[in-house]
Amino acid sequence: MADLEITFCGVKSPNPFWLASAPPANTGGQVMRAFDAGWGGAVWKTLGDPITNVSSRFGGIDYANARMMGLNNIELITDRPLEVNLKEMYEVKKRYPKHTLVASLMVETRENWREIIKKVEDVGSDILELNFGCPHGMCERGMGSAVGQEPKVLEEITRWVVEDAKVPVIVKLTPNTGDINEPAEAAAKGGAHAISLINTIKSLIGVDLEKMVPNPRVATKSTNGGYCGPAVKPIALFMVSQVAKNELSGKLPISGIGGISNWRDAAEFIALGATSVQVCTAVMHYGYRIVEDMIEGLSDFLDSKGMKSVEELRGKALDSYVEWGDLDLDYNIKAQINADTCIGCNLCYTACMDGAHQCIHIPGRTKEQSLAAGHYHIPDSVPLVPVKVAGIPAGRHVPVVDEHECIGCNLCALVCPVPGTITMVERAGSLGKKETWNDRVAQGRDLNPGSLESTVAKRAKR
Amino acid sequence: MRPLPVLPQLPDGRLEEGFAESKPAYNEAEAVTEANRCLYCVDAPCVKSCPTGIDIPEFIRKIATGNVKGAARTILAENILGYSCARVCPVEVLCAGGCVYNAWGRQPIAIGRLQRFATETTLAQGGMRALYASKIKPKTGKRVALVGAGPASLAAAALLAMEGHECVIFERKQYAGGLNTLGIAPYKLKANDAMKEIAWIFELGAIELRTGTSVVSGDISIEGTVTAKSLLRDFDAVFLGLGLGPDSALGAKNEAGPGVYGAVDLIEKIKSDPAMTLKGVTHALVIGGGNTAIDIAHELALLNVGDVAMVYRRGREDMSAYAHEIEYGMKHGVRVLTERVLTEVVRDASGNVTHGKLARAQGGKPVPGTEETVPCQLIAMAIGQSRATEVATAFDGVALDSKGRVVVDPTTHRTGNAKVWSGGDCVNGGKEVVNAAQEAKLAVRDMLRALAG
Repeated sequence: MADLEITFCGVKSPNPFWLASAPPANTGGQVMRAFDAGWGGAVWKTLGDPITNVSSRFGGIDYANARMMGLNNIELITDRPLEVNLKEMYEVKKRYPKHTLVASLMVETRENWREIIKKVEDVGSDILELNFGCPHGMCERGMGSAVGQEPKVLEEITRWVVEDAKVPVIVKLTPNTGDINEPAEAAAKGGAHAISLINTIKSLIGVDLEKMVPNPRVATKSTNGGYCGPAVKPIALFMVSQVAKNELSGKLPISGIGGISNWRDAAEFIALGATSVQVCTAVMHYGYRIVEDMIEGLSDFLDSKGMKSVEELRGKALDSYVEWGDLDLDYNIKAQINADTCIGCNLCYTACMDGAHQCIHIPGRTKEQSLAAGHYHIPDSVPLVPVKVAGIPAGRHVPVVDEHECIGCNLCALVCPVPGTITMVERAGSLGKKETWNDRVAQGRDLNPGSLESTVAKRAKR
Repeated sequence: MRPLPVLPQLPDGRLEEGFAESKPAYNEAEAVTEANRCLYCVDAPCVKSCPTGIDIPEFIRKIATGNVKGAARTILAENILGYSCARVCPVEVLCAGGCVYNAWGRQPIAIGRLQRFATETTLAQGGMRALYASKIKPKTGKRVALVGAGPASLAAAALLAMEGHECVIFERKQYAGGLNTLGIAPYKLKANDAMKEIAWIFELGAIELRTGTSVVSGDISIEGTVTAKSLLRDFDAVFLGLGLGPDSALGAKNEAGPGVYGAVDLIEKIKSDPAMTLKGVTHALVIGGGNTAIDIAHELALLNVGDVAMVYRRGREDMSAYAHEIEYGMKHGVRVLTERVLTEVVRDASGNVTHGKLARAQGGKPVPGTEETVPCQLIAMAIGQSRATEVATAFDGVALDSKGRVVVDPTTHRTGNAKVWSGGDCVNGGKEVVNAAQEAKLAVRDMLRALAG
């Protein structure tokens, strides 16, 4: 069985699964219960001068019957006195010496930083995480994402902390920025030992149309919050990989955050360069117990790939993430529908008709009917293959892909409700050899027929 | 809002009142959750399996988004009896039977319950009149007579009234609604709920109901009758929604007398007659293998008749009752005896039924010498209904086929008389409410063209 122990900035952790700085890591009692469940580390709810929170703090977004696909919060940093948190942190570290205890910090002045660093180090924090990411409430007070959005300020404060700290320092980045590379590079320049991302995305989760107040409603008003949960995972994966590929920040370990709900999500973050991952929303939704599956699933996955450690997985998918210009233009795939499992819902048909290239046909139509329906190309044959599964009224047929028109966009496979029924199969490319757009640019062949006259004229001059 | 039209109300104290609903109403959260399961298929098989062609995926999506009124509009646009059909349709063999989830080994979408949610929720807020306020046309001055107040005529009247035509419905019975009011198993739809739909329809325009009025042939009308001739003379069009006639008799020895009921008649009594009681009935036989047979057998079982046996002369596979209804009835204690025929009703000195003699059957015929005597105090005959179509021939040019059904053009539902249309059981020989609604829709489309001309 693969060993899930990791070393993050020289600090060992039993596994890469940490609680993110958030409500699940609010108190010592919670963190200890999480460690008992199997979590390898916890980033404590951000410490600073205690704030006052509002009642009504979270808003969710559902998709069909899936609850809380995304979560938005307007909760601020810890509202508990510093000494209470410190006492509990001390207790946790004493009872769980092998688990990773990370102190998340957010204060204003250099004196504040000095004081709080000393205090959290004294209670046994293994690592500090600087919260430069919170996009609501605290940023209006000049902290959180207000720092993360100003690379110079971020670099300066990072430098202060690194100078004063005895333990490694993680800088937590906000995704609310034009280019994540800028704050990542600033953190590296400031001397950060590691980077964590993403913090939540600035958001309004929705509007209560009866009361005409956005959610979550606090009396008669609301405010923008921070968005997280499964829906933000793609954004987080992109930003993690950007930071991992960056020449400066790529040298630092990354703690990946954003919509991680299971071992598979975690494996993806690690494959794109993360060393540890942090989880919040999934725990808020289902509890600490989800870590059992995360540990088991990741371990079995590593075994199945013949990997002995998490480190072996780290960054494995990073090299295959390239810019668009380096993609092979000769790669050619076509949709294929498995007649044995198709249930005849025709969702692929409508998606292709209205959202793609009108290449999926409903069998049994005349050429005229197909043209009237909006097809531009009628294949020679649209075979009538009955839907085979049991219990179906006669007359339903498996939709037919016109390979001549299919451009291999994947949409039909994505909308098909029966997993594995539509697959994309490779076909010979029209170019006969691998060629990228960048190849064409290099060879001066990057002007396609039908271009603007002014573009053609400009090229002629070149 | 106008006051509700005054319809004859059913008295209290009927056996029907004690039944629980087999498919209770969804609350909003339940409906939305179920609606969200729908795949929103294209060219959907559920639509193709609906006799009225309701755009089912569309109305379900509207429920899922909270557009419940829109969902009701989508339903009623194709089936003005969408509320009662939601409750009485055999969805298992119609829309839900077509659901692609069946093929995938999953529970099909509960289309009937969703349709009930959409129509019931919407119509509870002002009925059809509120929903169609902007669509109801001013009076045209044209008058249509509708014979029979069952689902076919009610659907036709609703559609005609919305177009501004004046409707007069002639009903020989005391209550409007036909089988919807008096013949649906109470665990599906109770009479008072059926009346609710009738009230919504009556609000749509000028619809008058004349109960206790039979249409007769000839020239003379007495109290409680009206002649076919006068309808043709006084109205611009006539719609015949005659339904079916009384239950057929089997012809078993001693059949006539107390304790032996026609199944349709017995269901009607359970639903409408406070005097009806099952006191002393511990054993009952239901003769027949169709849907009326399983309905009354199921009802008797739910009314705590200890032993209810359905007796059918052929095999289980030959029974025309829906498999899901038989299974459901058996779950509540109905026994199914196949390849048996009732040959004699045994009565005591005062004429009360005490036993039935059942013979083994081969090829549907009793085998002599195989009789056994089984105890029963009640026997329900569910072997079919006679025709009630004779009166149709009183309308010049209207013909019946060899099975006594009113002959119509299947696309227009116009009879041989250019002023007379027909639909429902009297035309199709006895199908579902949804078929009556569809046939009325087709008839009204043609009537509107004729009335406009």
